[in-house]
Amino acid sequence: MGTATLEKNDSAGPVDSAENSATHLITVVLRIRRFNPEVAEESSWQDFTLKIDAKERVLDALHQIKWEQDGTLTFRRSCAHGICGSDAMRINGRNRLACKTLLKDINPEKPITVEPIKGLAVLKDLVVDMEPFFQAYRDVMPFLVTSGNEPTRERLQSAADRERFDDTTKCILCAACTSSCPVFWNDGQYFGPAAIVGAHRFIFDSRDEAGEQRLEILNDRDGVWRCRTTFNCTDACPRGIEVTKAIQEVKRALITRRF
Amino acid sequence: MQIHKYDTVIVGAGGAGMRAAIESTKRSRTAVLTKLYPTRSHTGAAQGGMAAALANVEEDNWEWHTFDTIKGGDYLVDQDAAEILAKEAIDSVLDLEKMGLPFNRTPQGRIDQRRFGGHSRNHGEAPVRRSCYAADRTGHMILQTLYQNCVKEGVEFFNEFYVLDLLLSEVDGQRRTAGVVAYELATGEIHVFRAKAVVFASGGNGKFFKVTSNAHTLTGDGQAAAFRRGLPLEDMEFFQFHPTGIWKMGILLTEGARGEGGILRNKDGERFMEKYAPVMKDLASRDVVSRAIYTEIREGRGCGADKDHVYLDLTHLPPEQLDAKLPDITEFARTYLGIEPYTDPVPIQPTAHYAMGGIPTNVEGEVLAGNTDPVPGLYAAGEVACVSVHGANRLGTNSLLDINVFGRRAGIAAAEYAATADLVELPEEPSKFVEDEIENLRDATGNERVVEIRKALQETMDRNVMVFRTEQTLKEAVEEIGQLRKRYRNISVQDKGKRFNTDLLEALELGNLLDLAEVTAVSALARKESRGGHYREDFPTRDDVNFMRHTMAYREVGDDGTESIRLDYKPVVQTRYQPMERKY
Repeated sequence: MGTATLEKNDSAGPVDSAENSATHLITVVLRIRRFNPEVAEESSWQDFTLKIDAKERVLDALHQIKWEQDGTLTFRRSCAHGICGSDAMRINGRNRLACKTLLKDINPEKPITVEPIKGLAVLKDLVVDMEPFFQAYRDVMPFLVTSGNEPTRERLQSAADRERFDDTTKCILCAACTSSCPVFWNDGQYFGPAAIVGAHRFIFDSRDEAGEQRLEILNDRDGVWRCRTTFNCTDACPRGIEVTKAIQEVKRALITRRF
Repeated sequence: MQIHKYDTVIVGAGGAGMRAAIESTKRSRTAVLTKLYPTRSHTGAAQGGMAAALANVEEDNWEWHTFDTIKGGDYLVDQDAAEILAKEAIDSVLDLEKMGLPFNRTPQGRIDQRRFGGHSRNHGEAPVRRSCYAADRTGHMILQTLYQNCVKEGVEFFNEFYVLDLLLSEVDGQRRTAGVVAYELATGEIHVFRAKAVVFASGGNGKFFKVTSNAHTLTGDGQAAAFRRGLPLEDMEFFQFHPTGIWKMGILLTEGARGEGGILRNKDGERFMEKYAPVMKDLASRDVVSRAIYTEIREGRGCGADKDHVYLDLTHLPPEQLDAKLPDITEFARTYLGIEPYTDPVPIQPTAHYAMGGIPTNVEGEVLAGNTDPVPGLYAAGEVACVSVHGANRLGTNSLLDINVFGRRAGIAAAEYAATADLVELPEEPSKFVEDEIENLRDATGNERVVEIRKALQETMDRNVMVFRTEQTLKEAVEEIGQLRKRYRNISVQDKGKRFNTDLLEALELGNLLDLAEVTAVSALARKESRGGHYREDFPTRDDVNFMRHTMAYREVGDDGTESIRLDYKPVVQTRYQPMERKY
C-alpha cells in the first residue's frame, strides 16, 4: 500500500489534457471509518484497495467499493455533483463533499481516510444523525417575514440589495461547516455556522422584517458569540460561502443594530 | 409494523411535494414521506429558470407561452392543461417571490428574465425573455424557499421513509385510496400510513439511462408503485435528452448558457445549429438540438479523439457575465473537466434528463385509472405525473413551473377532498407485499448482483432507447430488459441488516427501474412515428392520423401469473391550436 501504479489504457488517442479520454487506472487505498451497532459497539478502520481513474470522484470510489467489494458500506448521496448536500464527509481530515472531491486532487498515493462528519451521532458508517443540525436551522426562523398587505406584483428589490445576501443564499445545508467547527464539537447546543448562515440570508434581505427577532435568537448564549473565528467553516464550505464573514456580519449587526 | 392515520399523505419532498404540502398543511392534517431529506431533492439541480410571461423586460403574454408549450411538445400536449400552466405561471412566480425567493433583479428592481429554448415572441417570431431566474441556481432557490415555507407552516416530515406500495381498497365496486406503505430506512421498520388523500410527488426515473443528469435516487418509485397496482402510465416513450450534459458524466449545463449567448460548435468550429434551426438556432427546442448534435457526431464532425462530443462555447462572453449569471455551471466545468470556460470551450453531449410521461392526471392533479375516470383520493404532481403539459417534448423552464402550478393544485385538491371524505378501510394484510419483497431480498441467496443488472439495463437503454430509435433497437431493448427482469428474480444483497440498509434500497430501486424501462421500450416500439423526444429512424415523420394520441400502458397479470403490458390510447385535448409542422 502507499505507492500508486499507473496503467494507461492505450486505446485513446493524443488530445489536449482537458479532453484526454484515456483512462489512467491507479491503485488507491480508502481507509474508511466503519460503524454498525448491529455488528459491533465500537467503530473501526477498514482498508479497501481498488483500481480507479484518478479523475473520478471520492464518491465514485465509495460506490465502487459498495458495488464490487462490500455492499454493507453505507453512506448518503444523491445528485453526485455538489448540489444536494447529502455526502459531506471527512476526507483526509477535512470536511468535503465526496462528489466534489476528485481523487487526483487529494494525493491518491497515500491511503485516503474517509470518516463521518464530527459532532453529530454516527448511525452507521458515514451516516450521521442530521436532526440536531436541521433543528438548529429551523430555530433561526429561516423564512421571509413581512407585514401589511401583499403587493399584487412582486416586491421590488434593487440589484444591490439582492447582492447584499447573495453569498448566503448558496447554502445547501450539507453541514460541512457546522461539523468542522471546534465549538460545535465541544458543545452541540451551539447553533453552528450553517444556522447562522441561514439567519444571515434573511437578516440582510431588504424585504424581511424579522431581523431583530433573529438577532435576539442568535444573541443567546448558544448563539453567534460562541464563534471563535477559526475559519474552519469557511475552509470547509463546498459552495465557497464566506461563512466566517457572514457570522462576523451578524455579530456586528447585533452591536450596531444596523443591517 | 406501525399504523399512522393522516388526512393527506404526500410522497416526496421535492418542489412538487413541498409546494403541495404548503397548501395541504393549511387545510388538512398532512404528512410528507420522503426517501431523502427535503432539501436533497433533484429540484435543487435545476438551473436555468422558471417560465412566466411577466413581461418585465419585453412584451410577452401567457397566450404566446401556451402556444410555445404546445408547439414545443409537438402537439401531443393537452391544450387545456397548457393554457392553465401558462396562465397560472405568473401568479406562481409572484407567489414564490412573496415566499422569499431571491430572483435576479432588473435595474428597476423587478424580477429579471432571460431567453430560453423554444420560448418565443408572437408564435415563433424570435426568442423572448420569459425565464425568471436566480443565476444558474433557480431550482436550488425554489427548493430552499419551499422548504423554508414548509418550516414556517409547520409541515410534518417523515425523512428517509421510502414508500414502496400504494394501498387501494374496493368500496362499492370502485377502487379508492386507502394509504401507502413505507420502509423506514434508519430502522428497517414497515409503516402503514392510512390517508384519505395521497399525493405522489416522487420525481422522475432517469436513472435507467447511463449518461443522465438525474440523481442516483431518481428511480421512478411512485410510477412503479402505481403501475404495480394496475394504474396506467401515460406517454412513457417520451423522454427528454438535454443537449448539454458534461461529456461522459451527463451533469447538466443549463440551457441558460445558450440563453446568455453561448454557442454550440462542432470540430470545425462551425455554429452548426444555424443549419437545423435558422431562426431559433442554439435556442431551438431540446429534442431538435439533441438530434442535431448526434447528427454532427454521426457525420464525423464531433470533437476529440473519438469524435464523440461537441463544444459549448462561452469564450466570447465577458467573464463578469459568466460569474454573475452562470457561476455554478462554470464551476462544474472547472471541477469535473479541469476546463476554464472563460478561455476554452466545454465538451458536452446530450444527457437523459426528463420523463415527459408518468402517472396520468387531470388538471386538478387527480390520478386517472383509465382515460377519464379518477381514482378517488389519489393525486400526482411534478415529474412523476403526466398532465400532459409537456406532450412529446418539454420546454426548458416549464418543469420548475409545472411543479409549482400543479404541486399547488394537487395539494389544494387533495386537502379539500380529505375534508369531505372518510378514511377507507385498509385492504387485507396491507403490508404483506412490501414485507414479502423485503424478506425475499434479504434472505435471497441468488448469484445475481444489483450492480451488474443495473449496468446492463443502463447500457441497453443508452444503446437502444436514446435519441435515435428503430424497430430493431427497440425490440432488442425489450428482449434484453425481459432477460434482466428474469435475472433480477435471482439477485441477493450483501447487507442483511435492518439499519440504514442502502444495499437493499438499491435492489428495490432497480426493480422499479426495470419495470419502467420495459414500459418505456414497449410504448416506444408501438409508436411508429417521430414526434418530439421520440425519434424513429424507420418512421421519421410525425403521423397525426394514427398517432396524435397518448399512450396508456397497463400491467396485466394472467391467470398463470405471467405479466404483460397492454397498450391503450387516449385522445389529445385540442382547443385552439391546429397541429402544424414544427420549425425553429
